Formats: sequence, structure tokens, C-alpha cells
Amino acid sequence: MAKTYQAGVKEYRETYWMPEYTPKDTDILACFKITPQPGVPREEAAAAVAAESSTGTWTTVWTDLLTDLDYYKGRAYAIEDVPGDDECFYAFVAYPIDLFEEGSVVNVFTSLVGNVFGFKALRALRLEDVRFPIAYVMTCNGPPHGIQVERDKFNKYGRALLGCTIKPKLGLSAKNYGRAVYECLRGGLDLTKDDENINSQPFMRWRNRFEFVMEAIHKAERETGERKGHYLNVTAPTPEEMYKRAEFAKELGAPIIMHDYLTGGFCANTGLAQWCRNNGILLHIHRAMHAVLDRHPRHGIHFRVLAKALRLSGGDHLHSGTVVGKLEGDREATLGWIDIMRDSFIKEDRNRGIFFDQDWGSMPGIFPVASGGIHVWHMPALVTIFGDDACLQFGGGTLGHPWGNAAGAAANRVALEACVEDRNKNGAEGLEKRGGDVLRAAAKNSPELAAAMETWKEIKFEFDTVDKLDIAHK
Amino acid sequence: MSEMQDYASRLSDPASRKFETFSYLPELSPEAIRAQVQYICDKGWNPAIEHVEPENAFDHYWYMWKLPMFGETDVDRILGEAEACHKANPNHHVRLIGYDNYAQSQGTAMVIYRGPIKV
Repeated sequence: MAKTYQAGVKEYRETYWMPEYTPKDTDILACFKITPQPGVPREEAAAAVAAESSTGTWTTVWTDLLTDLDYYKGRAYAIEDVPGDDECFYAFVAYPIDLFEEGSVVNVFTSLVGNVFGFKALRALRLEDVRFPIAYVMTCNGPPHGIQVERDKFNKYGRALLGCTIKPKLGLSAKNYGRAVYECLRGGLDLTKDDENINSQPFMRWRNRFEFVMEAIHKAERETGERKGHYLNVTAPTPEEMYKRAEFAKELGAPIIMHDYLTGGFCANTGLAQWCRNNGILLHIHRAMHAVLDRHPRHGIHFRVLAKALRLSGGDHLHSGTVVGKLEGDREATLGWIDIMRDSFIKEDRNRGIFFDQDWGSMPGIFPVASGGIHVWHMPALVTIFGDDACLQFGGGTLGHPWGNAAGAAANRVALEACVEDRNKNGAEGLEKRGGDVLRAAAKNSPELAAAMETWKEIKFEFDTVDKLDIAHK
Repeated sequence: MSEMQDYASRLSDPASRKFETFSYLPELSPEAIRAQVQYICDKGWNPAIEHVEPENAFDHYWYMWKLPMFGETDVDRILGEAEACHKANPNHHVRLIGYDNYAQSQGTAMVIYRGPIKV
């Protein structure tokens, strides 16, 4: 029996609340944390989110009857309490895969976090997690190279990579900047990094920076006999300018370039990741603006979702937080999203804030980058938390060494190797407790490490986390 | 605070050359090497030995000593092969590798005999 057209406003739950629905293997699934306006029933709020993020609008329209809306609609299929917060609840929504263009992170997020986030019936809305079906994952390019290829290219095995962001953030001339890079690399770091806000300002145009930095890399490689890199930031005002900078980096033989995926945008990022795959250049990804989106516990997009978006869009490194440094990051939640970056299959685990199984198939993994306020005393904890497949970036913890960057770099390298040696011998368990002794023993053979330990022994960053896992404050 | 020191590293000094994991630590003792071999076995990785002239250490490909020891878990046998390689090539760096066939990469790699540096 065909439907007839009846103009008017229907309650969303009549169409979009389907508790009897069993999600298909090919559905994109989303978990939202909804804080409704007072008086709005949970089912209605959940259905409204499903509707507004898929096929629905506020009133019935005759053109609805020209298609099979029952096939295309998103459907809210479950509701759960949020532990420790009675004002909000979790709503689970299933979207048929046909709603989304293949290989387009842009299209998925335009739907999932579009108009619905400004919807009046909600006080706040947070996208907690998304399950991308393997059928959709396979349509995306993903990381240009991945962890194994990067290890092979740089010839670095059995330990984390060591990096450093060059400081001050702004104001250095290209030649002085190259000096700072050279000193870090000759001292034993593997990689250095442009700060995110260094693009091409009047004090240092991108082309000059690229040339001096490449000279620094080449000399450090000849001097140490090890392979080195520097993330040349190609983030630019337009995609055309971004590709121009990437092409020049390639011409100079740069092994790795860098992009800011949120301020630059998913469109530019996905294009650049494909360019990197085609040109054999690694891609480091910075996440400026993420805390605007992911820090509030009731509104925005959780970082685990932003991490999934980047893995689909493409990048070989992504900043993950450190747990122990100066920036926000709950330990269990961080462990959850570093698994999301690196592993091929991640099981649902509410203790880590993971709401769905996620199968990445053969899509390469991303190096999580731990950066921000870390120094040699943090090394035992960092090796324990991150293991080997991570890039540990010591900015102030290298450049702030009393004897300069090279000594700071050597101190970090000795500390890392000492911790890895001990972990391999005595196990990861207890490394954080043994860490002080391990570092003190290593410092006997490294005056650089001894001086670093003396400099930073009192520095700690112990503030309470703002965005805790819901389970953690039950 | 201890007095500032110069960082002594230069192109003209071959002793400035490093060779990746553990090359910033003092040479590993026999007991420490044994612990690393045990780690590779415990991880289920396939041990392998490679060697090269110190001046060619930057190259990706070193000389394989026989074939990787697939499935070998006897630490003494692995150490025996490393020593045999070192005796046959006393002036070479000798590298211990753990091949991780699931990751399709090397799980770890470290130089366990350091060749003499020619100045």
C-alpha cells in the first residue's frame, strides 16, 4: 500500500526511533551524548538527532514520497544512561552506508556533525564515537605509508622515535632556525618539527626555511651516520599553495612534510595524503583547534572520533597527548585512542571510552606523537604508556638543556635507550618505579643526561583532567 | 649546576658515527646481550645476524650472516651464531635483528659487536 502525503509536523520518534532495529555490518554507527532541553523525552531527542543528521527536516515535505525514506533514514536504535551524569544520556544511531560519498571524510562529518549541533531542542551534543564499517574504510586512502614503512625508510627499530619542536615558535630567521634543527639532529634526535603556526611569515618565508633545514638534515646524517628528518610544514592559505610547497620539499629530497588537518581542513588533508602516497613522502599531522572541539565533556566531538577521521583522511603521525606532560589527557582514554591510531582491530571497551568494535582491515597505522611539556624524567612513564610505536617529542626538554640542543638531544636519546634496554630485560611492568634508578645509572656515562636530570628534577604538571572518562567519576 | 661542556661530534671523527638503537649507551655486556636475545625470543620474533664495515653502516642493506634463524628460541645457539659472525668478521659491526613477520618489519635491531673505528 503506497503512502499518502499529509502536510504538517510529526514527532521525530514516529519515524526515527527504532529500538527494534539491528544494525547492519555495513552501517555507520554513532554514539552521541545528548543533553536535552528540560521536558524533551529521551526518545524524541535521540530521534531528532538521527533525523537532523540524516534525511529529516522539521516538517513533512511532499518530495519525501519520491524516495524510499525508510531505506535512507538514520535511525536511533538504543539509549543508555551516562554514568555519573543524570542530565544527559547516550543515543546510538545507525546510518545506511549509501548516505555517504565513498572515501569522503568531508561528507561523513558534514552529515554527522552538521546542523544537528545547533539544534534548539538540545542544550548540548557530543559525538562520542563512530564505528566505520570495513566496507567504508576500504574506500578511503588512509595513511600514506604507515608505521612499518616509516620505520623501514628511517631504519629505526625497537624503540620510539625521538623528536623536538623548534622554538621559539615565531620570529627566528631561516638560517638561525636551520642551526637549531642541526644541533638537535646531530645530538641524537631522529626528527625535528616546524611549529604549527610557522607557515610563511615575513620573518621567515617557507622556501628559505626548507633550504636551510635540508642542509641541516644532510649534515647531521653525514655526521652521525643515522637517518634524520624534519617535518616541513606545508599548511598554507590555499590548496594550490600547499601543493607548491610540498613539491619543493620533494625537490629538495625531504623525507617528511607536515599539515594541520583541522585548520587546513579534511579536504586539503585528504588530497595531501594522497599526494604523499604518490610521491613517497611521509606526512606528519598536527591537530591545532582540536581542544576547541574535544575538551568539553558534554559538547563537541571526542578526540577518538577526530583520530578516526584522520586515519581515514590520511597521515603517518598524529599528536595524541602525553598523559604526563603539560596538556590535557586522561590516561585510560589516551590509551584507547592510541590503539585507535595504531591497531588493525580495536574492541569495544567502555573502560577506555571505546563504544564500538573498529576494524581497519589492512589500513596502515599512525604513529601517535607525544608532545608538550615532557622531559627526561618522564621517559620511563612514556616508554611504559606508549611502547615503541610512538614519536616522543621533547621541545623545551631538548632546547632548554643548559648546554644547548645537541646536549639536550643526547640526554633524551640516552634516557630512551636506557629505559628500552631495561624494559626488554626486566619487563614493562615496574619500569615506572625502576625508572629513577635506570636514569641515574645511565647518567653515569652521560654528562648530558646528568645535567638534564639536574635541570628538570622539580618540574611536574599535576592538574585535574577536565574531560574525564564518564566511567571514571561514576 | 655542572659546568657547560662542548658537544664533541664532527664529520672528521669517525667515532662520531652512531648506529641506531643502543648506540648512545656504552657497549652492552655479554649478560646484557643475552637479555636482549631472550627478549627477541619471548616476543616470538625470528632472530637474524648481519654485519658490515663500520664506514658503510649507513646503508640499509648489511651482509646477512647465513639466513635468519626462523623459529629458533635457544638463546645459546643464537649467541653462538653472533659470535661466529664476529670471529669471521672481527672488524665489522655485527647487528642482531628480531624479524616480526606479523608486522612485516623488524621488531628490533641493535649492534652487539662494534667494529673498530678507523681514524
